This record gives sequence, C-alpha cells and structure tokens, in this order.
Amino acid sequence: MDAGGSFTSSNKSQSRNPLQEQILHRRNSRENLDRFIPNRSAMDFDYAHYMLTEARKGKENPVASSPSKEAYRKQLAETFNMNRTRILAFKNKPPTPAESLFPEASSSVQQTKPTKPRRSIPQTSERTLDAPELVDDYYLNLLDWGSSNVLAIALGNTVYLWDATDSSTSELMTVDDDTGPVTSVSWAPDGRHIAVGLNNSEVQLWDTTSNRQLRTLRGGHGSRVGALDWNNHILTTGGMDGLIINNDVRIRSHIVETYRGHHQEVCGLKWSASGQQLASGGNDNLLHIWDRSVASSNSPTQWLHRLEDHTAAVKALAWCPFQSNLLASGGGGGDRCIKFWNTHTGACLNSVDTGSQVCSLLWNKNERELLSSHGFTQNQLTLWKYPSMVKMAELTGHTSRVLFMAQSPDGCTVASAAGDETLRFWNVFGTPEVAKPAPKANPEPFANLNRIR
Amino acid sequence: MASRTVAKDIITLRGSAAIVSEFFGYAANSILYNRGVYPEESFSKVKKYGLPMLLTQDEGVKSFMANLTAQLSEWLEAGQLQRVVLVIMSKSTSEVLERWNFSIETDKEVVEKGVSREKSDKEIMREIQAIMRQIASSITYLPCLDEPCVFDVLAYTDKEVAVPFTWIESDPKLIANPQMVKLHSFDTKIHKVDTLVSYKNDELDD
Repeated sequence: MDAGGSFTSSNKSQSRNPLQEQILHRRNSRENLDRFIPNRSAMDFDYAHYMLTEARKGKENPVASSPSKEAYRKQLAETFNMNRTRILAFKNKPPTPAESLFPEASSSVQQTKPTKPRRSIPQTSERTLDAPELVDDYYLNLLDWGSSNVLAIALGNTVYLWDATDSSTSELMTVDDDTGPVTSVSWAPDGRHIAVGLNNSEVQLWDTTSNRQLRTLRGGHGSRVGALDWNNHILTTGGMDGLIINNDVRIRSHIVETYRGHHQEVCGLKWSASGQQLASGGNDNLLHIWDRSVASSNSPTQWLHRLEDHTAAVKALAWCPFQSNLLASGGGGGDRCIKFWNTHTGACLNSVDTGSQVCSLLWNKNERELLSSHGFTQNQLTLWKYPSMVKMAELTGHTSRVLFMAQSPDGCTVASAAGDETLRFWNVFGTPEVAKPAPKANPEPFANLNRIR
Repeated sequence: MASRTVAKDIITLRGSAAIVSEFFGYAANSILYNRGVYPEESFSKVKKYGLPMLLTQDEGVKSFMANLTAQLSEWLEAGQLQRVVLVIMSKSTSEVLERWNFSIETDKEVVEKGVSREKSDKEIMREIQAIMRQIASSITYLPCLDEPCVFDVLAYTDKEVAVPFTWIESDPKLIANPQMVKLHSFDTKIHKVDTLVSYKNDELDD
C-alpha cells in the first residue's frame, strides 16, 4: 500500500510503523468487508496509539462501537480508496478571526446564534471638565454639540464653546441678569450658527466664527424659552408658556407657525431626521407629534398625535437613527419610564421602568443601542440594547442628576452635564473606526461558476 | 442558461460540478456563521435554496472561498474530487475540534463518456435545502466552541491530480475518538454528496 503522501509529512507516523504494518497485514489476510477496513487516511493514529499504549482505560472499541460510527466507517471504506487519494489544502490559510471576537463568544456559542463580540465600554469618563454655575433645572437644555465638533454649554448667563478638536475653550456671549440666565442652546445644522434661548423669552442667534450676534427673535413667547431645535432654516422654540413656535430665521417676520397643544412648559423638542415630524414634550406630561404638512395645510394648531402615557414631565426625546418613525421618550421623576412610539400610528411599542428620572436620551448611530441619563438615586448613564432593552452598561461618576447629554458628530463620544457642575465625556458608543459600511447586496457570490447544465 | 430552459431536467457534468461547488460555498459559509468562527456582523443575509443563507463579507474569507470553489469546481468536472473536509481548529493549540466531511461519489461513466443524466433542479434544491437546515440546527447538539477558532479546508483528490501551485499536501487532521453525526445527502445523479460532522467527544467517562 502506498505510504500515503498525506502522512509522510507527519513525523508522528514514523514512530508508529508497527501499527501500520499490523493494519496492512490484517487487511491483506482477511478480506472481511463488513468490518472496518482500515486505511491510512481513515485511521485515527492518535487514538490508535492511545489504545496501544494505554489501552487499559477500556474505552469503547474503535471498531463498530455505535451505529453512526459503523456507518461512517462503512462510508469511508466505500467512498474512499487510500491508494488513489491525496489530501490537499490551500497554502494560504483563511484569515483568522479578529482577536476581539472573544472572550465574549466563549459564553455565547451555546445560544441559538453566536452573539456579537461585546465592545468594551469604559466604565469611567474619559475626561471631566468643571462646569460652574450650571443651572440645575430639569426643564432647560443647556448643552449641545455641533456638527463642527464644538460643544456649547450655558453656565449661568454665559455661553461657552469648547472645541473638541483642540480642547480650547472660548466665551461666546454673556447676557445681563435681567435677560438671563440662558435657558437653552442649540447649534444650527451648519455647525456655525447657534441659537440661545433666554429667561426673558427672547432667542438670540449668533455666528460663532465671528462671535457676532446676528439677530434677536422676540415677540413669540411670553416666558422663558427652554427648548430649541432646528429644521434647516426653521428654528423651533418651546417656551414656558406652552407654545411651540416655528421661526424662519431668514425672514423679517420670523414666526411662521405656532403649535398650541401644551398647557405647561415645553421642555423637550426634537425634529425627526426627515424634518417631517416634530416631537414635543411638556411639563403637562404630554407628548405631541406634529406633522409639518398637516400643520401647514390644515389647522396649524392641530397635532398628529397626543400621547398621554407618561405620568411626569416629558423632556428626554430621541428619534431613532435607523428606523424613521420610531421615537424614544423618557419621563420625569414621577414616571421614570422610557417609552417607544411608532409616530405614524401613535402606538406605544414598549415601555420600560428605569427606576429613576429620565433626563436625556441618545441613540447610538452605529449600533442598536440607546443611552439614557438619570437622576436620583444613582445619577447614572445607562446603555440599553434595543429592542431587547437589556442593560449593557451603567456608567456612574456624576454625583447629581445628569441633566443633559450631547453626542459628538461622529456619534461615538457622549458629553454629559449634571447638577454636580461637571461636564463628563464618555466613550460609550465605540470608537470612530467601528462605523460599519453599509452592507452591499451580493446575491451571486460564486458567480465564477458556470451555471450551464 | 438558455439550455436550461429548453431541457430542464438534463444535467451535465459541468452543471453538476457547479451545483456541488456552489453548495459547498454556501455550506461552508453557513458553518462558519453558525459555529461562530467569524463574528456575526461579518455576514450578510441572502436568499438561496429557498432559505435565508448567510455569506461572509470579510474580504479575506470571501476570496478564500471564491478560490476554493473555483478549484473544487475544476476537480469536480474532472471527476477527481473524492471528498472535501472543513476543519475547525482551536486557534491557540491547533487542536481539531470539528470536521465537516463532504464525501463525493462521482458517476465515472459521465466523466469518461460525457453523457448526461436526468434530474430536476427542484429536486436537487430540495435535497440541498434539507442539508442546509441540518447544518443550521447542528448547533443544538455540537459542543460549545469556547475558544477562538480557525478553519481550514482539505480536499481529497485522486492520486494522479497534479497539486495546483497554490495548494500543498496536508495531513487529514483527524479527531481522536470523535462523535459523529451523519446528515442528509444530495445527489445530482452525477455527483452524490454525503455530509457528516464529527466532533471532539468532550464527555467524561462514567
């Protein structure tokens, strides 16, 4: 019998020649075809060696021990003639999976699907900045991170800019005590202009490149403006008077629409990514969904949905980046729930009691995850897997309620400002490289094969 | 393609080789996915054999698979391929943990005389589908792969096959005292493929 090219390379085979010959002998002398017909490639040399040297262990006989083995051996004998076989493998081995795949996979393989490798989430903040005079008021919105990677934070009567690329701080503007304090800040989508809501019901627009005030919007609200959001050139403002006003900042008479639905302070305002729907939350425990086309064509004060499920003020609002009609909302201290809504139908999809006041919500742009910030008792940031709402991480460090959160333009870093007058940065949503390319459609992967038949 | 619509149930050696090597490509992807050899997110879903199948998007693995299936297809057309084995090994110790064994019986008459056989596409697909389902469900009985793993593919060919430039001879990478489970077979009437998975028996003696 040919020595079998496959095995000459193995140095182990040299020392086991006796076994080899015995097998060959047996085969030649007895053509016992319903028995295991040994051949080199089917032989299990390690096992045979073990059986010869340490046979007393009395393991099951390698021959005909179970029906499946019998079948296997038969099949081997039938389909496979060692004299005519060589075993080949590619010189170039397939790439080994990235090291980061484990340790997590070790615990996961028994599940129906191998779970994703868990990215490590740093439990402490990357950086902590002092934020003196930060107004500890749940209803305000004093932190925003613009598309030009500059963070704006209002401390008392002053708005500061912190450039994340070079960590430099500058003062944008200060108002006097009659008009202040600042009650809200919001970057325009261009990352250059910023809107500043004030305690005296005015809203100022600033150009941050020239540090110049462009205009003041007044006459809309009767009291402080605690919520702001941009939709292209429309600046939507929400006031303590319960009004929501769309201001077209390009034109002289800037008030283009007024939404009347809240009867207490509006503290949460968020436009959907498409700019079609606006979500607003108020101290009246109401969550409204406004539709631009409905509002402008019909009665301008009519909401698309009025959602009354929260039992405390609704401030935390976040539109899902991967599902256009999905909104997450969080309730205040008396409610403590994160709720998910289909804003087309107004249906509540899920509600999770977090056990603590929900101050702010942010979606991970790269993964199906939601980050919430909380107040008493732990003052933590909680990362949730969506839609299972399994807690992935709890980040503690703040010593007072985490009032505001803002997300870096790359979506990876989160800044949080709390009543303890600190601003902390968390690397909670992964590293920028993690951003995945959109999966390409690839219906015919083996296209190199001819399909002629 | 045109010939396919005219005479639907005729299968040629070439067509059969294409079906078998394509089957192997999908089966290997499915094993790598289901056994967690590569991370879940490196796979994307496609529809094949009436089932959602997962294909790797990792460029390295993809090109490995493409080269592999191209070479297998060549051997299948020559009737020289006896068996393909996908081996899953521990990354750290190179211990073989699982062997997915696809043995192939070729109808020699077809190879030698160039005749064709008759079997409908549909029937073959149904047989393949059954195997794919079994592969996907194999995770319910296969032991945990609780360490980082790598894989390799062995091709058992006839002795007279010249070793292609990019290939080397290998040892069979067998498992000591394995457990074995035989899966379904499929038959194109030219190539008959039997699937069997053997794995390291981790159970302690009683």
